[in-house]
Amino acid sequence: MTVGTAVLSILVFPGFLFLVVLGLAGEFVDRRLYARLQNRQGPPWYQPVADMLKLFGKEDVVPEEADRRVFNLAPVFALAAVVAASLYIPLWGTQALLPFDGDLIVVVYLLLIPTLTFFLGGWTSSSVFATLGAMRAITQVFAYETPLLVSLLAPALLANSWSISGIAAYYSAHPWLWAVNLIGFGVALVALLGKLERVPFDIPEAETEIVAGVFTEYSGRRLAFFRLAIDCEAIVGASLVAAIFLPFGLGLAPWLGILVYLAKVLFVLAVLALLRTLFARLRIDQMIAFCWKVLAPIAFLQVLVNLIVRELI
Amino acid sequence: MPNKDKIVRVPIGPQHPALKEPESFMVDLQGERISSVALRLGYNHRGIEKGCEERTYVQDVYLIERVCGICSHSHSTAFVQAVEEIAGLELPRRAKYIRTLIGELERIHSHLLWLGVAGHEIGFDTLLMYTWRDRELVMDLLAELTGNRVHYAMNVIGGVKRDVALDQYARILSVVDALEERTKYYIELAMTEETLAQRLSGVGYLSKADAERLGTVGPTARASGVDRDTRRDDPYASYDELEFQVITDERCDVFGRTVVRLGELMQTYSMIRQILKQMPDGPISVKAPLRIPAGEAVGRYEAPRGEDVHYVRANGTDKPERVKVRAPTLANTQSVAKMLEDGYLADLPIVVAAIDPCFSCTDRMIGVRGAGGAKVMNWEELVQYGVRWHRERGVDLSSLKMRGDVTA
Repeated sequence: MTVGTAVLSILVFPGFLFLVVLGLAGEFVDRRLYARLQNRQGPPWYQPVADMLKLFGKEDVVPEEADRRVFNLAPVFALAAVVAASLYIPLWGTQALLPFDGDLIVVVYLLLIPTLTFFLGGWTSSSVFATLGAMRAITQVFAYETPLLVSLLAPALLANSWSISGIAAYYSAHPWLWAVNLIGFGVALVALLGKLERVPFDIPEAETEIVAGVFTEYSGRRLAFFRLAIDCEAIVGASLVAAIFLPFGLGLAPWLGILVYLAKVLFVLAVLALLRTLFARLRIDQMIAFCWKVLAPIAFLQVLVNLIVRELI
Repeated sequence: MPNKDKIVRVPIGPQHPALKEPESFMVDLQGERISSVALRLGYNHRGIEKGCEERTYVQDVYLIERVCGICSHSHSTAFVQAVEEIAGLELPRRAKYIRTLIGELERIHSHLLWLGVAGHEIGFDTLLMYTWRDRELVMDLLAELTGNRVHYAMNVIGGVKRDVALDQYARILSVVDALEERTKYYIELAMTEETLAQRLSGVGYLSKADAERLGTVGPTARASGVDRDTRRDDPYASYDELEFQVITDERCDVFGRTVVRLGELMQTYSMIRQILKQMPDGPISVKAPLRIPAGEAVGRYEAPRGEDVHYVRANGTDKPERVKVRAPTLANTQSVAKMLEDGYLADLPIVVAAIDPCFSCTDRMIGVRGAGGAKVMNWEELVQYGVRWHRERGVDLSSLKMRGDVTA
């Protein structure tokens, strides 16, 4: 890979630009499905783009008491971390753009950065609602991050690889072993809801309690960056889950591979939209109790199952 | 982990997404727990009572209906009942039945609206969208019967303005049937949906003793086991000819308030069927005098939110001397502070919403608050305060002619 094509693939395809387009399309799919499930019409396809353009054109206010540097940089870091994570996830085929051994841990770490930037952005904006949102965001991390990581580790144990590309390659070679990981798939989806801060885990931005949570003081361009980061995070999260838990059709021709990949992401997004239609928002204490008392044990059960299966085969 | 002693003060209101009307809850938080709540009303005083004194009774019915945008029929009925009592008018039975019919249809739309708002407050927007879709059925029906979706303008002093035609009965029954099915579904949903139960059970506890002590009314009181309903205890309109149960619940929490409202909906459906079956023929109003003889009366009405009380004093002219409106929310606001004690911030919106508040309807007084706390002023003091305020800013208004002797 020459420097030219590397830059091109990082910035355009399948890197930044591709991810942004997919993220906005994903937001549309999510909002539309959510609306249809609630018996509503839902927005037209260009609504996420229109929202984004509108935000970019709006006045951008920084609170006087906020730490300007952190406040300004937080949205950029959020987006950058998500885009960086996408480079290590195989989208179609079994090879990511820049795979290396141990990239699973790096991706989980990179996907944690947006939440940390939410915390920093909220904390420094010095509004009481944003501060409360920041506290809740960081509290929530400790609840869902462990089940998420453990549920991703279980397939890695079975595949005996710390690289997502390696895991995808292993399951591509042993197609029926994906069924072993079904429990982990469920846990990962639920934990992903927490990561994306969606109902029932949208506690950090519960509008009826703390206005917009960490984003209360954000407006204009910076808010657009945050929104974009969350949209892209949904796609990257869905891709990660698809790469590890849905290892189908990886050896196909590129154009067919892209279609299969899009179908998988669409499926994960649809499940996420369905889940957020079904539930009421939990309280932060209920959320933590649920994650530690229910979700984490189930994730560890998956690890146990995979260890046993590994001995058997 | 936040410092245990550290208290964070969170202003919920006067402007806040959880609130549909301006009011203020100053919440002191220890972590996520509420340590104290200071409640403040008075942001939406509209001077309706004073306005009533300046207008004729005929105009007042129009104005009083606009006290509330949800239970408009409740307020106008309570008012005209008081005026009719002073004037000694005996209403035709058909007029009473039509009043009851509109009142019960209004209860359906109010309770369904409440269910949706409650869903939204706990982040369950699907419930909001479903209930408000179903609510359209009864809204359309009300528009068909009265000409308006919200301010029905059905009441006149001495009866009602429009008759219900015979061919509209079938339409009413079909709407009631459809809504009964939906309500059964919501009852099942409330009883089985896990996150809903988790967010509502044990939240906003109000014991029976507290409910009675704080003068709680309506579904809020009935969910705390207080068996009180004006429709049965002091029947007005045609409630004495209808059979219904007063739904109470012993849970004393927000979940109980949900169960009571859903149960009341089922009672309402059966009442509407009875009304249509028993509706007598005859005139729909009697002629009322423009000048109401001197006297005073209280009109009581069980609004969807609780008992609504209107006091009217007449002095023999065509304008009332005094009109006093006690909206049900005023009786219930006191209990909110009790319910919020030691609760979570996350539960504040649903606890406040659970009394089905209507703060604009409640606001009756202006309080001027400075560094020294609240102060009540009479008219003269208010004029002097205004003159002084402007003079300090270089504008002298003391030469203007105003009511009251201005010698500031």
